[in-house]
Amino acid sequence: MEMFSDPAQWLPFTFAGLMGLSILIYVCLDGFDLGVGLLFPFADDDEKDRMVASIGPFWDANETWLVLAIGILLVAFPTAHGLILTALYLPVAAMLVGLILRGVAFEFRAKAGPERKPTWNRAFFIGSLLTSLSQGYMLGMYVMGLQVTAFTLAFSVVTAVFLTVAYSFIGATWLILKADGVLQMKAVDWAKGGIWGVVLGMGAVSLATPFVSPRIFDKWFSMPEVFMLMPLPLLSGVLVLAIWLMLRKMPYPRDTWAWVPFTMTTLLFTLGFFGMAYSFYPYVVPETLTLYESASAPESLFIIFIGTCVVLPMIAGYTVLSYVIFRGKATELRYD
Amino acid sequence: MDTLLLSRIQFGANISFHILFPTITIALGWVLLYFKLRFTRSGDEKWIKAYRFWVKVFALSFALGVVSGITMSFQFGTNWPGFMEKVGNVAGPLLAYEVMTAFFLEAVFLGIMLFGFSKVPSWVHTLATFLVAFGTTMSAFWIIVLSSWMHTPDGFEMRDGVAFATDWWDIIFNPSMPYRLAHMLLASGLTISFLLAGISAYRWLRNDRTEDVRAALVTGLSLGAMLIPLQILIGDLHGLNTLKYQPAKVAAMEGNWETRGNVPLLLFAVPDEEARTNHFEIGIPNGASVILKHKADGVVPGLNDFVDEDGTALHSPVAPVFYAFRIMIGTGVAMLLLSWVSVGMMMYRRRGVEALPKVMLWAMIPMGFSGWLATLAGWYTTEIGRQPWLVSGVMITKEAVADVPAPMVAGTLAVYLTIYVVLLTAYIGVIFYLARTAGTAKNQPGGGSGVLRPGMGRKLPDHVPAE
Repeated sequence: MEMFSDPAQWLPFTFAGLMGLSILIYVCLDGFDLGVGLLFPFADDDEKDRMVASIGPFWDANETWLVLAIGILLVAFPTAHGLILTALYLPVAAMLVGLILRGVAFEFRAKAGPERKPTWNRAFFIGSLLTSLSQGYMLGMYVMGLQVTAFTLAFSVVTAVFLTVAYSFIGATWLILKADGVLQMKAVDWAKGGIWGVVLGMGAVSLATPFVSPRIFDKWFSMPEVFMLMPLPLLSGVLVLAIWLMLRKMPYPRDTWAWVPFTMTTLLFTLGFFGMAYSFYPYVVPETLTLYESASAPESLFIIFIGTCVVLPMIAGYTVLSYVIFRGKATELRYD
Repeated sequence: MDTLLLSRIQFGANISFHILFPTITIALGWVLLYFKLRFTRSGDEKWIKAYRFWVKVFALSFALGVVSGITMSFQFGTNWPGFMEKVGNVAGPLLAYEVMTAFFLEAVFLGIMLFGFSKVPSWVHTLATFLVAFGTTMSAFWIIVLSSWMHTPDGFEMRDGVAFATDWWDIIFNPSMPYRLAHMLLASGLTISFLLAGISAYRWLRNDRTEDVRAALVTGLSLGAMLIPLQILIGDLHGLNTLKYQPAKVAAMEGNWETRGNVPLLLFAVPDEEARTNHFEIGIPNGASVILKHKADGVVPGLNDFVDEDGTALHSPVAPVFYAFRIMIGTGVAMLLLSWVSVGMMMYRRRGVEALPKVMLWAMIPMGFSGWLATLAGWYTTEIGRQPWLVSGVMITKEAVADVPAPMVAGTLAVYLTIYVVLLTAYIGVIFYLARTAGTAKNQPGGGSGVLRPGMGRKLPDHVPAE
């Protein structure tokens, strides 16, 4: 492995991998809690409390994966960070406003007086919506190589809608896992209503990517790659089908398999993620800047790398611990 | 206004809003641990009641700190890309370590600290409280390291206009770091002391006189009385350190134009940068010389030493630094007076809280937020005092700003400002709301996003509600 003898090669590659992993974890984890926020208008007041209870102990840590991802982009690929974020100035600002709104609404809705609760509930939904839409919009712009034309803008609006629906879908599958009774049945219906967002969203990105760039087209549709990559779309199709068939029968007696839709959706997101990573590699700013060109000095990356090797397993460990402690159906959140 | 100024206002607004909440959570985490440990050792209900009330304030402050912090992490890229391009090799790892050693620790264990009390053994809950407090402090450590490095950079070399790290020890323990860190941690401690006192005094005045309110009030005042002399000492040392490494900043803080001996300590003045002099000076003769050089004729650097040959100032704007410094000192003096007099009165014949006259309790309510005022004023002193440099001697602020159209920055600034005003109002409002309702059944269930459960009333404290 010649690559691993040169720190200027393997360090950027490793950090790109870490950044990708953080984004993937973020999309799955914050995806479900954003999704729960998006489903707010469809739930009654009691259900809202239980929905929030299902994400209460987790949302903060979930959001930290975004900070890690953007942090790695910042520290490992500073030039790319500047380029991408200045190009996405307004959607980033919109997303931040969304994140602020939902993060604080989460606390305020429980702590301000009962007469203020509906207002903060609305803020929680609007915050979740704004965050999801702007992330979807940025995804679209990124896929389109950050070029601004009428077509790319339209495309990004479409991906904004699809990603938002996809988040509401993973949120619904999370609720199938964490809720019972009427709320769980509602969650099944929400999931059935949202699955199209996942299908169309992944489809749109998958179809658009190769046609925007001949380079990516070649990566997918030349021999023998086309056969080696076949499992990716095929497996995705199988997963969608399986989820759909399950949803039609859910909930099962004694609540068996309640964890399966969420797990399968996570898998589906992972497959989509690998497809995108394969397409864009080695570029970090599509078709403009590779991750090797924009990487920080190897000395600096190495010192972060050492810390990462020590700390990341610990983070993984206590994250799992917290999911274990708060496993099972969501009950009320209590401070005592 | 141009993009540079607007971007500076925007970042200034964000960081000012943000720092309010970590200033609370850093020390409040340790206070909560103290409450929990007292409860574990004594089994006295009042400590866990105090814990439960203040943990809500913690949760709320933490959420606001997180969301405003995320905003800042993005603004490095959206508004200041030049910063990371030039000094990213140094700043990057420091920020990365903050995320990895602090953010995740806090965020994950916060869940257990807030909602795990009945789900995990008590010691795990105590451990979670400790880890959250430790995480917030680690976070403060790393960000203060970076901030200090921007003031007194060390341990790096410039190659082709880009900073490369040469010695991480020197970077982390750069000359101003120990002082700045101690100063900030104490500032956080003081903020919490007076917030504890202020909110508890408010509850006390509303006849919510349970044991937990008394405990929090006494804890706050005692902690404040202990920390304020320490803070004055550390602040003085920090000033001497600044004199050594950033003399221009000290000159602006003192409002001293000419380098000379026998410099008075100005209590008030109106610095005039056009005429390069002060108006309406009221000062203590030789005061500044004595404080900074420990002798009456000690020579104090003047601002006129920091002017380029063509007349451009190489020092910061004078008035904001001069005034901010005085606001900080004034607030500190008020803290000293209030905490020492109160503690003295409570200790005299061991009469406790009952010894405090009503007017002092009333004074504690606005003083509850005095920590914010002093902390902000202190940060304005040091950060504006660093201008025109972004990283002292390495890059000026102008070099780092993004080429974003000014109207775009102005538009987002307006949105942020609106949100911050609304949130700050809501935050303070909710803290007082929690304080008003803490003694009544209304607010008994867990608070955090919880669901009401019948039978919660058994948690009612044993006193007559205020209403």
